[in-house]
Amino acid sequence: MDRSHGIGPDGAAIVASPSASRTARIRASAVLFRRPWLRAVLLLSAPGAWFVAIYLAALVLLFVSALWSVDAFTGKLVHHWTFANFEQLFKVPAYRTIALRTIGIAAAVTLTDAVLALPFAFFAVRVAPKRLQSLLFIAVLIPLWSSYLVRVYVWRLILSKDGVLNWALEHIGLGALNIGYSNWAIWIVFSYIWLPFMILPIWSAFERLPDSYIEASADLGARGWQTFRTVVFPLVLPGIAAGSIFTFALTLGDFITPTLVGGAGSDFIGNVVFQNVGVANNVPFAAAFAVVPLVVMGIYLLGARRLGAFEAL
Amino acid sequence: MISGGGTTADVSSSHPSPPADASTDLAVRVVGMRKTYGDVVAVEHLSLEVRAGEFFTLLGPSGSGKTTTLRVIAGFELPDSGHVELHGVEVTRSPPYERPVNTVFQDYALFPHMSVLENVAYGLRVKGVGKRERSQRAGEALAMVRLPGVEGRRPIQLSGGQRQRVALARAIVNRPRVLLLDEPLGALDLKLREEMQFELKAIQRELSERITFIYVTHDQDEALTMSDRIAVFSNGRIEQIGTPGEIYERPVNEFVAGFVGTSNILVRDGKRYLVRPERIRMLAAGEAGDSRTVGGVVREVAYLGGVTRYTVALEEDETLTVLRQNLETSAASVLEERGREVRLTWREQDASLLDTNQEEEAN
Repeated sequence: MDRSHGIGPDGAAIVASPSASRTARIRASAVLFRRPWLRAVLLLSAPGAWFVAIYLAALVLLFVSALWSVDAFTGKLVHHWTFANFEQLFKVPAYRTIALRTIGIAAAVTLTDAVLALPFAFFAVRVAPKRLQSLLFIAVLIPLWSSYLVRVYVWRLILSKDGVLNWALEHIGLGALNIGYSNWAIWIVFSYIWLPFMILPIWSAFERLPDSYIEASADLGARGWQTFRTVVFPLVLPGIAAGSIFTFALTLGDFITPTLVGGAGSDFIGNVVFQNVGVANNVPFAAAFAVVPLVVMGIYLLGARRLGAFEAL
Repeated sequence: MISGGGTTADVSSSHPSPPADASTDLAVRVVGMRKTYGDVVAVEHLSLEVRAGEFFTLLGPSGSGKTTTLRVIAGFELPDSGHVELHGVEVTRSPPYERPVNTVFQDYALFPHMSVLENVAYGLRVKGVGKRERSQRAGEALAMVRLPGVEGRRPIQLSGGQRQRVALARAIVNRPRVLLLDEPLGALDLKLREEMQFELKAIQRELSERITFIYVTHDQDEALTMSDRIAVFSNGRIEQIGTPGEIYERPVNEFVAGFVGTSNILVRDGKRYLVRPERIRMLAAGEAGDSRTVGGVVREVAYLGGVTRYTVALEEDETLTVLRQNLETSAASVLEERGREVRLTWREQDASLLDTNQEEEAN
């Protein structure tokens, strides 16, 4: 059909209405063409409403309910503003320990993954031949296709008292290393599970690094280590920072791995939140504790931005 | 005809004759070098000698092996066979950081996270030169490339020409014995490129006591403008090594003739001759010609401003390109000459005999 001339086969049969609606359509699209902001508003209003309703409202509700309390006798919510939940968090040593454990292990996992991912990504991108490179890429991604729970349970089997690790250590005569159901186990399992999220941003940071930078550095007299320190590392640092956002945030918010591989005294913030929502029925206290990782993450993101993490994503 | 066939053939062989002055120090010596990438042979049986203080150009089309040769000299590539000497020292297997050589990269390879000063001082920093001395020397190098006052900026804040100068300063600040330049002007526009050619040559003259320049380019004008000697590359081999004059006026074969300048090939008595377009005169009616005169018809006329380029079809089913300076002619008058019958003439010494070895080998 030729719109500009308006001589379509249907145009002859019905004269007035289709040409009128066509004119209206053309006019409407012209209006939208000349006003890009209007187009943007129309396009974004639906997802925008979703975002405000679901995400921001939930977040506001979290902050608000953190300032409520629960009546000890009736178990009902008391809608009076109070900082009692936060006071309790700071005063009770157990909660402080749990918060510090969560943040500490998240930091340890991030550091471990950075140390593991850096040489791996370097090898994969800059040393490995093309074929091996694709194989390594698949190897990094495949675990993400399997269930998180399955992977954690596998580690439980590996680390438990009569598990593969102890069996192997005893066989080579080193003696059993009982690290099942401990903070060590949590650290190892988190490091394993979140490693791909650290590797991928560093991988792409290495891909963005031109060979000629490394050649130029060697040409100017720098040995391998000097080149790494002064040229390679500063240029992949944004990638490390980007990966660390994932590993740190994911560890901070998790409660399944501590439940499955942690011991009696290995609770994370997430576990306390879970218990207070379910068993103890103290949603305000759960909300208050859930604010802690949010604040920590906010501070962390500010730091990551200074390292250029958002340009690297 | 010139009687240069014999001597030029020697130059073109894979073992170039030693420099005339035997006492001249050799800066770079490459002997029997071969380099392959998988199944692709990048360079084969390559030997060349570069004299100290020389501006030596590796000229050739892309894929001819000139950049590979440069990278072998720099130490970025290990040759499959053959060896490389720098000022008499065998360096074939030495890493780049142990060679008294610095490179100006095609993409400049300036470190984006460092300031201009840090970039230029980088080589001194990794060698442990003190902060004050390296700032001072970097400042001098920037002054030498006529780029003072940008020390604090980042490479991304500079124009292409400025980056090029920073890359040059970063290399020469280390006082290398040999400076390697890999198509350094390739990314610049024509005007800037010509300006930089001039400046590069001036800097080289200033430094020729200490630094030998090896320059890679595919641009024949650039090679002719700047070089003391040129090696013409094709398919991983050197076709000819010589001064710009030798290369242009006495090319050893059709490839060199065609790559450096416009080649007019004429076949007479089974031999192939080259006549350069600017050596041919168009005769006015009744004017007497030189020793060689042919007739033909003007097929195409291209008015290029300063000169006009004519394509003339000869009676013998050949085509010649003729360049004529627009001394007295105007654009309108030269364009009218299309389709006219003309007589062309040139002096006997301006037609040079081409080596026919290549064609014989091919057959």
